[in-house]
Amino acid sequence: MPKNPEIKKVLVIGSGPIVIGQAAEFDYAGTQACRSLKEEGVEVVLVNSNPATIMTDKEIADEVYIEPLTAKVLEQIILKERPDSVLPTLGGQAGLNLGMELAESGFLKKHNVKLIGTTAETIFKAEDRQAFKDTMEKIGEPCAPSLVVRNVRDGIAFTNTIGYPVVLRPAFTLGGSGGGIARNETELVDILSNGLRLSRVGEVLVERCIAGWKEIEYEVMRDAAGNCITVCNMENIDPVGVHTGDSVVVAPSQTLGDKEYQMLRTSALNIISELNITGGCNVQYALHPESFEYCVIEVNPRVSRSSALASKATGYPIAKVAAKIALGYTLDEIKNAITGKTYASFEPMLDYCVVKIPRLPFDKFITAKRSLTTQMKATGEVMSICTNFEGALMKAVRSLEQHVDSMRSYDFTALSPKELRKKLEKVDDRRIWVIAEALRKGISYEEIHEITMIDQWFIDKIAILVEMEKRLETEDLTVELLKEAKRIEFPDHVIAQLTGKTETEIRTLRYENGITAAFKMVDTCAAEFAAETPYYYSCFGSENEAVKTEGKKKVLVLGSGPIRIGQGIEFDYCSVHCTWAFAREGYETIIVNNNPETVSTDFDIADKLYFEPLTPEDVESIVRLEQPDGAVVQFGGQTAIKLTESLMKMGVPILGTKAEDVDAAEDRELFDKILEQTKIPRAAGGTVFTAEEAKEVANRLGYPVLVRPSYVLGGQGMQIAYSDQEMEEFMEIINRIAQDHPILVDKYLQGKEIEVDAVCDGADILIPGIMEHIERTGVHSGDSISVYPAPTISQKVKEKIVEYTRRLARALHVVGLINIQFIAMDDDVYVIEVNPRSSRTVPYISKVTGIPIVDLATRVIIGNTIKDMGYPTGLAPEAEYVAVKMPVFSFEKLRGAEISLGPEMKSTGECLGIGRSFDEALYKAFLGAGVQLPKYKQMIMTVKDADKPEAVEVARRFEALGYKIYATRSTAKYLEARGIKARRINKISQESPNVMDLILGHKIDLVIDTPTQGRDKNRDGFLIRRNAIETGVYCITAMDTANALAESLEHAGEDGKLNLIDIARVKNI
Amino acid sequence: MKAFLILEDGTVFEGTSIGSSREVISEIVFNTSMTGYLEVLTDPSYAGQAVVMTYPLIGNYGVTPDMESQKPWPDGYIVRELSRMPSNFRCKGSIQDFLVKYDIPGIAGIDTRALTKILREKGTMNGMITANENFSLEEILPKLKEYTTGNVVDKVTIGKSYQLRGKGKRVALMDFGAKKNIAESLNSRGCQVTVYPAHTKAEEILQDKPDGIMLSNGPGDPKDCGDIIGEIKKLYESDIPIFAICLGHQLMALANGADSYKMKYGHRGGNHPVKDLETGRVYISSQNHGYVVDTGHLDPEVAVPAFINVNDGTNEGLKYTGKNIFTVQFHPEACPGPQDSGYLFDRFINMMGGNQ
Repeated sequence: MPKNPEIKKVLVIGSGPIVIGQAAEFDYAGTQACRSLKEEGVEVVLVNSNPATIMTDKEIADEVYIEPLTAKVLEQIILKERPDSVLPTLGGQAGLNLGMELAESGFLKKHNVKLIGTTAETIFKAEDRQAFKDTMEKIGEPCAPSLVVRNVRDGIAFTNTIGYPVVLRPAFTLGGSGGGIARNETELVDILSNGLRLSRVGEVLVERCIAGWKEIEYEVMRDAAGNCITVCNMENIDPVGVHTGDSVVVAPSQTLGDKEYQMLRTSALNIISELNITGGCNVQYALHPESFEYCVIEVNPRVSRSSALASKATGYPIAKVAAKIALGYTLDEIKNAITGKTYASFEPMLDYCVVKIPRLPFDKFITAKRSLTTQMKATGEVMSICTNFEGALMKAVRSLEQHVDSMRSYDFTALSPKELRKKLEKVDDRRIWVIAEALRKGISYEEIHEITMIDQWFIDKIAILVEMEKRLETEDLTVELLKEAKRIEFPDHVIAQLTGKTETEIRTLRYENGITAAFKMVDTCAAEFAAETPYYYSCFGSENEAVKTEGKKKVLVLGSGPIRIGQGIEFDYCSVHCTWAFAREGYETIIVNNNPETVSTDFDIADKLYFEPLTPEDVESIVRLEQPDGAVVQFGGQTAIKLTESLMKMGVPILGTKAEDVDAAEDRELFDKILEQTKIPRAAGGTVFTAEEAKEVANRLGYPVLVRPSYVLGGQGMQIAYSDQEMEEFMEIINRIAQDHPILVDKYLQGKEIEVDAVCDGADILIPGIMEHIERTGVHSGDSISVYPAPTISQKVKEKIVEYTRRLARALHVVGLINIQFIAMDDDVYVIEVNPRSSRTVPYISKVTGIPIVDLATRVIIGNTIKDMGYPTGLAPEAEYVAVKMPVFSFEKLRGAEISLGPEMKSTGECLGIGRSFDEALYKAFLGAGVQLPKYKQMIMTVKDADKPEAVEVARRFEALGYKIYATRSTAKYLEARGIKARRINKISQESPNVMDLILGHKIDLVIDTPTQGRDKNRDGFLIRRNAIETGVYCITAMDTANALAESLEHAGEDGKLNLIDIARVKNI
Repeated sequence: MKAFLILEDGTVFEGTSIGSSREVISEIVFNTSMTGYLEVLTDPSYAGQAVVMTYPLIGNYGVTPDMESQKPWPDGYIVRELSRMPSNFRCKGSIQDFLVKYDIPGIAGIDTRALTKILREKGTMNGMITANENFSLEEILPKLKEYTTGNVVDKVTIGKSYQLRGKGKRVALMDFGAKKNIAESLNSRGCQVTVYPAHTKAEEILQDKPDGIMLSNGPGDPKDCGDIIGEIKKLYESDIPIFAICLGHQLMALANGADSYKMKYGHRGGNHPVKDLETGRVYISSQNHGYVVDTGHLDPEVAVPAFINVNDGTNEGLKYTGKNIFTVQFHPEACPGPQDSGYLFDRFINMMGGNQ
């Protein structure tokens, strides 16, 4: 069937801010799909509230709206742009829900707009629990016995008929949010009531627990003619019970025979046919480990995290093909872009093994529970490819950048076999290491299997790694042994540690004996056909297929690895734009990265893609083969920056700002010298290694002080200490990981925080815009609401900022990007920190100013000047509208995590509000972040003493908005004394009804709780904040944020009458 | 123990010996299936060939009851890695022990992708698996060039007829090296299946008055089956509905004036798209063939193409004009591979008048 000629203009819905369960994979899918649509001559209108995405670039779509993702806003865009179709299947659950809402309300029909890629009926059948169950029953596909309930009472009654444990799955939520396994009635009531509230439709599925069964997924595609294929199947190493997003996953399945494989494959095809899906679909199964019994767990009728993984694992571009299918093409008409010869109607065959490991945020949230459940907690993931499973596992482990590189990286040697058995029962992110230790202590495969239900095939693979450790420790290192260790991907320095040699000795021994990495191609067809796309992975003991290309100048672009808090999708945005800019300048581009969710690891972004860990050894293998003319590290976040020194040792020139200048910005003493030279003030401070030194410096400066390790991103480990006791606590936490660099202790200054990104060509600078944070210093810049153009600072301060930026950029010899954070107190400006590299705000400021700074920075690196490129120097003229960047958090997914804002970053994503005025932009930003108030007009305030004077004004504003204010004793007393009607409520420890009862009563819109310092989990504040988050109540922990919200509510834009701004039409200078 | 794979073009791969350590010369072919190594090993169509599995991890679930015949047929088995710990609830032993039991030599630990690329670029060729470290290429290469698979159908067909009881239509299945699941696919749909040895005369089958005739898959060059082709022509002339798979499909075509030729490296795996020319629908199929029917000189009065391969356009099935006969190159019986085209058995049963 050829393309449907009626489809000329399509509205593509993005997935919004990055949250746990809905991350970069949708930018990857959306970008690929938009390019695929444009290739067909279709006009693309894109809406997404997330400015850090590539899909919202004007190169990707024709019209771009960075607007809140609500049905009202979408209706307005449709009326303005008049698309003939809406494509909702690329924006994750958020996009699908919106598509459904527009269809259900009759809006699309009324305005003669078609839903393409799916139908409302398909979405309903797949997403509505009861409809799904009925559909599965109709075609004879088994589901676990289950019932959709709308209240707790029915849930208890049903569970009593099927028995505990039961799994609870709320309908229409992200990443299994609000779900869990209940083993008794108390747990059932707890999880069920929470899930009912989180579900968009107030429904939760109560289901027979099939924990311990094998969890298998199939990625399936179908076209309108009914042709179906499976792209890939995947097996979760962690059996059912752990969300697939948090599981270690292998592709293809390893422990299924053809009977099991085909049984589930046929089932998946039957399901996709019955649901009448046109496009991609993911089907999850639970397979009984000792029979052919299986259950369908769920179906996602859209592209998903799993489909991104399947695309990268096989080379089959699911989103691209899905977009073509949406236009009416059939699978046999769509070319396989990898081989260029075959068609999309085939099934990829792998001749390698792929392992995915989730990147969990427990290093950020040290108080959060590490246990893994059916509710996803991972912020990102890494993927690795090897010809054997052990090797793929080892490569994935070292790609995580969590100080792990072998089966010994987490030390459980102190545990007795008895303690290990207990530990094995707890499912957390370190389970593989616990299994390794259990094997070392002689616990049998059978026993480990019985406790964990992990298939013995996988346990044996871990055992092979453990055996190799032992051999390296005890045997002479022969060439044969070294070959075998490299075959299963032991890094040189791990071999060195185990054999008591140095890493250099191991490397020399390898090179002398020709033991080097070979690169193999991912070609979708197991070498059956010649492939055209250079997508490579490494392995040992094989013939090399990658050919060093000659002719053009060649640049190595180092990616940013897994998405984590502090290093998100923004850095992938920068890597991709840098790659494109180099390509436009005639360079051959090579990307190295290990994140399957991203655009940068799509096979047609760079000239060559190496899907590899970003460690010095892995990168060196690529360098030896490709011999690039240079490498860029300034766009790949801290991951790439960390490789600078190693690259220089390999003889690869670092393009742009020199390594020693990067060091000068990070090294306290060198940086102090630069500040002295350039006469720029900063908060007084010192460098320390021990807690004693830290206390000494702090007492000299006077508390409060800011404590942080150097060379980190996202303020990891950063804290404000108010006392010696807190200092001791924080230093202990920081020093849990051996620090190569000193720890910084600075006087804490509370002022306005200002941020700039600038391009510098060595002489001149270009600042696209100055951003001002709503929250005062002390809140990490990534967690602050940021406003462009800076609304409250004086012209004098602006001039100082521009001047300081110029001086710093010059003093650090910056060629490329620089990011600087300042504190403004009255007319004084202090520098907080300088990063001579790209930053989190780069995509946002590029979009709102229309100045493509990554592109400019890249051209500067190649040797252009800002003037040559036709841009003015200094501060660019301000835009005619205001842009507010709002952080978005995923606290509800992380049980036990402290939510209060501080110097360490906690947000997972961001959205943007753009308006004609500050108020409108702010309103849109809150709306985009999902804060839709008022509902009940009731709020709770409990603030620390220092904040009480400011709390009065905040309370007055909310009172004026019609809010009923509840407050704990001292806050209430303070407010009452100042004429505010605050209703006094009991603390948690006091008798009911207390503050907790109020929160759990589901009638509260908002909690304003500014925490007293310290990390004590048992304080009331912590419990109030956690309970607010877990029951879906918006919780604010800084007075500035509270004022901003009041401001936004006071000037609430009228729904449907917002000014829409098409970013693609923003003129740059 | 070390082992070597020596190819006709002089390439030598060094690996580890698996299975039997005896020396063997055979035709080397590759299969891209990711699961179903046991079904591949026990598919009689591999007689006279040594199989390379392109998927690197083989033997993960050991030996299960999923056998397509009584024993493994390939002359040799070539893998990247054989699992030391098979794991499956139905596992009854390892592939290593299975190969030893049936005296099949093999080699592991070689770069099977590099080998596959050679076969892809230069075409299927002969090779030797040997554990003898002191081999002489000069002596071996001429021997490799001489090797032909010969008439392997005689080797794999059953000795005497047998029957699978059923209450529905009675099907005569000619066994040229049939995979077990062909008979089972019919039997599970209610048919009574009588299996006949490859050299059974047409008269004998027709005397038994079957409702339909099924021609099975099998190994080797269809042109080596001259006698059988003659018998098939007689079956064609009867009015009994006929359905044929793989070698059976090729033999029916040769019996009716078509030609066949050897493909460069064949189709072996579970991911080949075939298009039903009548409906336009594409199905993913299981395949195992080195020869293909040349429809160039086929008289449309006799037969017309019914299926083609989406990737390379080669013939995948024929519909015989004015006859209740259709034949396919691929394997609707799956095992291993996708079950998507299983509906063809229903079509065949409908042609016979249906099983109630």
